Amino acid sequence: MNIVQDLFKSIRIVVALWILTAVLYPLLTWGIGQTLFSNQANGSLVLNAQGQPIGSSLIGQPFKTDRYFWSRPSAIEYATLPEVAKTGASGASNLAPSNLALFDRIKPEAQRLRQSNIKPTADMLYTSGSGLDPHISLESAQAQIPRLSQARGMEPSRLQELINQAIDDRILWILGEPGVNVLKLNLSLDQK
Amino acid sequence: MNSQLTNLQSKPPRSPDRKGRQVSTKGLYQRAVKQAFLKLDPRVQLRNPVMFLVWIGTIVTALVTINPNLFGNATDKNPMVFNGLITLILLFTLLFANFAEAVAEGRGKAQADSLRATKSDSIARKLSPDGSIQDVSSTELRKGDLIKVIAGDVIPADGEVTQGLASVDESAITGESAPVLKQPGTDIASSVTGGTRILSDELVIRVTADPGKGFIDRMIALVEGAERSKTPNEIALTVLLAVLTQVFLIVIATMLPIAQYAKAPVSIAVLIALLVALIPTTIGGLLSAIGIAGMDRVAQFNVIATSGRAVEACGDISTLILDKTGTITLGNRLAEEFIPVNGHSLKELAQVALNASIFDETPEGKSIVILAEKLGASLTVDRSTATGIEFSARTRMSGTDLPNNIEVRKGAVDAVKGFVRSRSGQIPDELDAKYESVSRLGGTPLAVCQDNDIYGVIYLKDIIKPGIKERFGQLRRMGIRTVMLTGDNRITASVIAAEAGVDDFVAEATPEDKIEVIRAEQAKGKLVAMTGDGTNDAPALAQANVGVAMNSGTQAAKEAANMVDLDSDPTKLIDIVTIGKQLLITRGALTTFSIANDIAKYFAIIPAIFAGAGIGQLNVMGLASMQSAVLSALIYNALIIPALIPLALKGVKFRPLTANQLLSRNILVYGLGGIIAPFIAIKIIDIAVTAVGLA
Amino acid sequence: MLQGWIQIALILVTVIILTPLLGKYIARVFLHETTFLDPIFGPIDRAIMRTIGIHEAEGMSGWQYVQAVLISNIVMGIAVFSILFLQPILPFNPNQVGGLTWDLVLHTTISFLTNTDQQHYSGETTLSYGSQVFALGFLMFTSAATGLAVGIAFIRGLTGRSLGNFYQDLTQSITRILLPISFVGTLLLIASGIPETWAGTAQVTTLEGATQAIARGPVAHFEMIKQLGENGGGFFGINSAHPFENSNGLTNFIETVAMVAIPSSLIYTYGIFMGNLRQAWLVYGIVLAFFIPLVVMTAWGEFQGNGQVNTLLGSMAPNLEGKEIRFGWSLSSLWAIATTATMCGAVNAMHDSLMPIGGFSTLLNMFLQIVWGGQGTGTAYLFIFLILAVFLTGLMVGRTPEFLGRKIEKAEVVLASVILLIHPIAILIPTAITLLLPENLTGISNPGFHGLSQVVYEYTSAAANNGSGFQGLGNGTIWWNLTTSVAMLLGRYVPIVALILLADGMQRKQPVPMTDGTLRTDTGLFTGVTGVVILILGVLTFLPVLALGPIAEAFQLSSGL
Repeated sequence: MNIVQDLFKSIRIVVALWILTAVLYPLLTWGIGQTLFSNQANGSLVLNAQGQPIGSSLIGQPFKTDRYFWSRPSAIEYATLPEVAKTGASGASNLAPSNLALFDRIKPEAQRLRQSNIKPTADMLYTSGSGLDPHISLESAQAQIPRLSQARGMEPSRLQELINQAIDDRILWILGEPGVNVLKLNLSLDQK
Repeated sequence: MNSQLTNLQSKPPRSPDRKGRQVSTKGLYQRAVKQAFLKLDPRVQLRNPVMFLVWIGTIVTALVTINPNLFGNATDKNPMVFNGLITLILLFTLLFANFAEAVAEGRGKAQADSLRATKSDSIARKLSPDGSIQDVSSTELRKGDLIKVIAGDVIPADGEVTQGLASVDESAITGESAPVLKQPGTDIASSVTGGTRILSDELVIRVTADPGKGFIDRMIALVEGAERSKTPNEIALTVLLAVLTQVFLIVIATMLPIAQYAKAPVSIAVLIALLVALIPTTIGGLLSAIGIAGMDRVAQFNVIATSGRAVEACGDISTLILDKTGTITLGNRLAEEFIPVNGHSLKELAQVALNASIFDETPEGKSIVILAEKLGASLTVDRSTATGIEFSARTRMSGTDLPNNIEVRKGAVDAVKGFVRSRSGQIPDELDAKYESVSRLGGTPLAVCQDNDIYGVIYLKDIIKPGIKERFGQLRRMGIRTVMLTGDNRITASVIAAEAGVDDFVAEATPEDKIEVIRAEQAKGKLVAMTGDGTNDAPALAQANVGVAMNSGTQAAKEAANMVDLDSDPTKLIDIVTIGKQLLITRGALTTFSIANDIAKYFAIIPAIFAGAGIGQLNVMGLASMQSAVLSALIYNALIIPALIPLALKGVKFRPLTANQLLSRNILVYGLGGIIAPFIAIKIIDIAVTAVGLA
Repeated sequence: MLQGWIQIALILVTVIILTPLLGKYIARVFLHETTFLDPIFGPIDRAIMRTIGIHEAEGMSGWQYVQAVLISNIVMGIAVFSILFLQPILPFNPNQVGGLTWDLVLHTTISFLTNTDQQHYSGETTLSYGSQVFALGFLMFTSAATGLAVGIAFIRGLTGRSLGNFYQDLTQSITRILLPISFVGTLLLIASGIPETWAGTAQVTTLEGATQAIARGPVAHFEMIKQLGENGGGFFGINSAHPFENSNGLTNFIETVAMVAIPSSLIYTYGIFMGNLRQAWLVYGIVLAFFIPLVVMTAWGEFQGNGQVNTLLGSMAPNLEGKEIRFGWSLSSLWAIATTATMCGAVNAMHDSLMPIGGFSTLLNMFLQIVWGGQGTGTAYLFIFLILAVFLTGLMVGRTPEFLGRKIEKAEVVLASVILLIHPIAILIPTAITLLLPENLTGISNPGFHGLSQVVYEYTSAAANNGSGFQGLGNGTIWWNLTTSVAMLLGRYVPIVALILLADGMQRKQPVPMTDGTLRTDTGLFTGVTGVVILILGVLTFLPVLALGPIAEAFQLSSGL
C-alpha cells in the first residue's frame, strides 16, 4: 500500500468522520437539547420580573454588600471584569499551598470576616476552582445570619428557613456535596 | 533388531563421580588481576555499555579530584579527598568487573589449554592424488585432503578413516584410557578427532575440517571467550541494560539544573557516584563472566558445543527424544532365558541358539553363547567350515550357515517366521504366546530356528538404568516431555516406557522416524533435543534444535549436530539441558538482584544529597553524613561484584522444579534479597566508613 | 467525611461493575461479532468504508498500520490547523473572538491530535464555537479512536491475530463505542444543566448591579466526548470545575465514570482476546493497587487541609483552594487521581493548589501512564510492563522468556525499551533546559519546590498525553508552545509505532505450547512481581524530581514554611 493511496483514503475517511462527529452529532444533540431541555441547554438563566436575565442558577455572582449573603472569593470576580465582558471567563488562583501569596490573601480576608463577626470558614477563605462557584457551605451561610438579620431586619429563623430552601442537595442523596446556592438565597431575600 | 547388534565397540558409561576434566588453576588469580588492569583499555570497555559509562565517570571524577573547581565551585567539604575516594571506588568497580571476566576467561583458557595440549602443530603426511606422500604442516591441511598416520602419530585433524585398521587413544579428549578401534566403512568407528593419538598400525584419513574449524578448535575459542559471540538472550538483556543505563544517564544529567533550581546543588562527583550506583553495574559487570562460565561448565561435562546459542537453546528444550538403548536402558541386553516351542527340549534350543550366535560379537550374542553353554550346549562345528550371516536392518536376523546347508537363524520373531515360511515350515501356535509373554516382561524376544523349524524364543532382558525414572520425573516437573525411540515391538516398548517413566514412545522405529517425530513436535512449537551417532541420524540431528552427537559417532553425525559429547554418553543430554537452564537462571537472578538493589541505593543517596532541600527525614537508614552515604552506597556497589563472582561462575544451583516454583524461590532469594540486602550492607559500610573517619 | 469516602467507593464500584459489561461489548465490536447496535451503525460503517474504497477490510501488516495511523493523523492535523488558524474569518463565532498566534495554533492542534488536550489558552476567551466544535470536537473523537484502534491492534498481534485494518478500527471505535455512549451521556448532561446552544455569551446585571458575562455554547456534546475519549480539553478555561461543564453531583458522577470506563474495560477486552480473564483481572488488580492508595493519600491530604491555613482558622478544614463546594475534598481528589491516571487531563479542581501529596500522586500517575493509562495505549503499556517483567524475571525459570506463548527476544526488548526511554527523554530533558534558561523562569508562578513541580508537571502532562496542568504556569509563550508540542509528539507517536511493530513481530512468531516449564503470568506472584517492576522502572526514574518537587514541598509545609 503506497503513501499516496493511504493519503487519499485518509482524506476521505477524515471527511466522512468529520461529518459524523463534528456536524451530525452536535446537530442532533443540539436539536434534542433545545427541544426537550430548552432552559438548561441555554444556560439555566434566571429572569427577573421584567423577563431580563439576572444570572444563571448554576453560576455564582459576586456579593459583597451587607444586604446579601456573601459568596466565595473568586480569582476572576465572577466574570464581572470589563475585559471579559464580551466572552465571559473562568479561572482560579492556582496558588500552591506553600505559596506565601496564598497567606497574604487569606489573612486580610479572615480579618474582614472577623470584623463582621463572622467566624471564618474554609470556603470563605479559599478561592473556588472555577471562580464561578454558585455555592457556599451551609456553615458559611449560617455564620452570616446575624449580619443579615441586622442589615435587613429579618428574623434569624426566617433567614435559616430561606437558607434551607436554597440548599442544592446531593443528587439521589448520595452524589455530590450539598451547598447553599447564594444567588437563589439572595433572590429569595429580595422577594420577601 | 537395531544397530546396537552390530556395534563393534561399546563403552562403559562414564563414572558419574568424575565431574569434568581437571584443569590447573595455578596462577589463575594472579593472571586475572593483571588482566583486570589490562582490560581498562577503553576499546575493551566499549564492548560493555554499562561499564564504559563507569569508565568515563572514573575519568571525570579523577579530573575533579585534581581540580575540584573544574565545573564550577565545589561545595562539598574536603572536595579533593572526597572526589579522590569516589574515583578510587569507581576504579575498583571497573577492576572488579574486569577481574570477574578475567577469572572466567582464565578458567576457560585453562580448559582450552588442556584441550590444546594435545593439538600442537605437527607434520602431516599428505597423500597426493598420485599416491606420493608429502610432508606438510598440519595447519596447511584443508578439508578433503587425504593423510596417512602411523602408530605414534598425533592425528593432525578431524577426519574420516578411508583405509586401514588401527587402535587410537582418545583419552586426550574423552578421558577414557581404553584405546578405540578405528576402521573405514562402519558408521561408528570411522571417524577420528584431531589431537588423538594412534597407537598401532596405520590409517588413511580424509580430512573433514579445515584447521581451526575442528571441534576442538571451536571449543577452545568458545571457552576462551575471545571468539564468543553473544547469545540471543544475552543480546536482548544487554539492550535492556543499555536502555536502563541511558534512562539513568538522563536522570542524572538533568538533575544538575533541576537541583540548582531547587537550591539543593549537587557536585559533579556526587552525581557520577549516584549514576554509577543506579546503573546496573552488578549484572553489567558479571554478564560476560556468566556466559563464559556457562560454556566452561559445558566443557567440564566433556561436551563440545559449537555455539553459545546452542547451550542457551538447551534451556528452552521442551521435548527430549531419546534412544532406548544406551540412554534409558543399559546398552547391553543379556540373554535371560530360553523358551522352547514345537516340542523341542531346552537343551536342543540352547544348541541351536549357540550355533546361531557363534559369529555374533555383540554383547547380546555373547550372552546367548554363555547362557547356552551353561545349559549344556557346546560348540560342535568347526568355525572355519561355517559362515556367519550378519544382522542387517532389512533382514532383521543374523545367524550361521553350517556345513551340509544347515541354516540357523535368530532374530525378530516376524523375520524368523518369514524365514521359516519361505522354507515351507510350520509356525507353531504357541510361538505367539511365548513371544507376547516375553514382550510383556519388557524383554526382547528373539526367535530361533534351524532351517524351517522354529526351536523357541530367547528372552533378551533389557536393564533400565538405575535412577533414570527419577530423572524423567524431574524433567516432567520442569515441563520437558520425553519420547523414547526403540526398534522394539510395541508391547516391549510400552513395558519399558512405563518402567522408565517416559511420556511417550515410538516402537519399531527406524532412523527416519526420528526426523518425523522431531518435525511433529516442532510443528507444535516445541524445541526438541536428541542424541544420535549414526550417519542416518544426521538429518534428524540437523533438524533438532539441539542435536548432540556421540563422539563415537560418524563424522556426518557430528557435522550435523550442534554439540558433541566426548564421552558418548547419551544420558548426558539431560545434564546439558540443566546447564542451559542454569545459565539462563544465573543471568536472570543476577539481573533481578542488580535492579532490586537500586531501591536501597536510592534511599541511601537521594535524602543525603538533597538534605539541603529539607528532605533529610527520608534518610530512613540513618546514614551518618552525605559523604558517608554516597561512599557507602558506592562501596557496596563495587564490593557486590566480587562477592557475586563465585555465584556467576558456579551458576545458581538448579533445582528440577516447575517454572512457578522456581520463580517464587528465585524471586524470594534474588528479588526480595536484592531489595533488603543492600539496606543492611550499606548501613554496615556506613558505620565502618564513619568509624575510620573517611567521611 | 464518611460521605466523601462512600462517594469515592461508589464511583469505583460502578467502574468495576461496568468493566466486564463494556469490556465484553468492546471485544465483540473488534472481534467483528454481532452487537445490538449493528442495525443502526452497520449501514453507517459500511457507507464510510465504501467512501474510502474498502469493501472487505483486509488486515494490515505492522508498517502498513503505522503508515495508515501517521498519514491519517497528519491529514486530521492539517485540517484542524487550518480551521483554527482561519478562525477570525470563519463563521460560528458569535463572540467575535480574534485570531491565534501560529505557535498557539500549532500547539493546540498537536495537543488535541495526540489526545493530550493540553490547553495554553482559555476556551471561552480564545476560541470560536466553530473552532471548538468543528476542529477540536472532531479530534476528540478521532484521537481517542486512534488510541483505541492501536490498543486493539496491539492485543490482536500479541494473541497471534492479524493486526486488523486501521481505517475499519478507527471507524468502528467511533460508530460503535465513542459516539453511542457520548450521545446518551450528552442528553443526561443537558438535562442536568450543561448548555448546548449556539447563542453567544449572555450579559446579565447581577443583583448587586455588576455586569456579568455568562459564557456558554455547544458544551454538552463536547463535554461528554472530552471525558469518554480521555481527551480532557475543556470548552471553558477552567474545565470541569466550571458549573457549565460539570454542574452537580450527577454530572460529576457521569463524567468521572466516563473518563475511566474505556481504559478500565479495555483490560477486560484484552482478557477476552487472550482467552484468559484471570490474567485480565490480575492486571486490573495491579492498576487498583496503584490507584486506590493514590486516591486515599490524595483525599486524605486534601481533607486534612493546609496546616498553615488551619492554624489561621483555628480548626482543621479541608483545602478548598481551587475547589468547588459541590465537589468538596473527596470528589475533587478522586477526579484529580482519575484524570491523571487515565490521561484524561480534565480537572474539576485546580491541581496547582493541591496539597503536596496530591501533587505527588498526580505526577506519579502520569509518570507511570499505566494506572489505566491513555485510551487504548494505557492498556498496551500495561502489557509492555508485563513483557518487561517477564523478560527480567522470566530468565529465572531457566527459559527464554515467553509471554502469551510467544518468545520475548531482542526485537521485543528493543521496542519495549523505546517506550520506557521516551518518557524520561520527553520530560526530563526539556525540564532541565527550561530551568537553564532564565527567561522561562518568569512563567513559574509559585516559588520554590512547587515551581519545579510546575515545570515538571507541564512536560509530564505533555509527554504522557494527559493535558492537565499546574495551571499557574505562564505557558502561553512560544517556548512552552513549541517544546511541549515536541514532548506530545514524542510521547504519542514513538510509542504507537513501537507498540504496533512489537505486536506485528509477536504475531509472526511461532507460538510455544504451555508446559510446566512455562512461566505463568496469570498468578498472584507474577502480578506482584510486575507491580514491583513497574515501581522500579517507572518510579525510580522520576524519584529525584519527586523528591525535589512535591516531597520537598511537603516537608517545607510541615516545618512551617
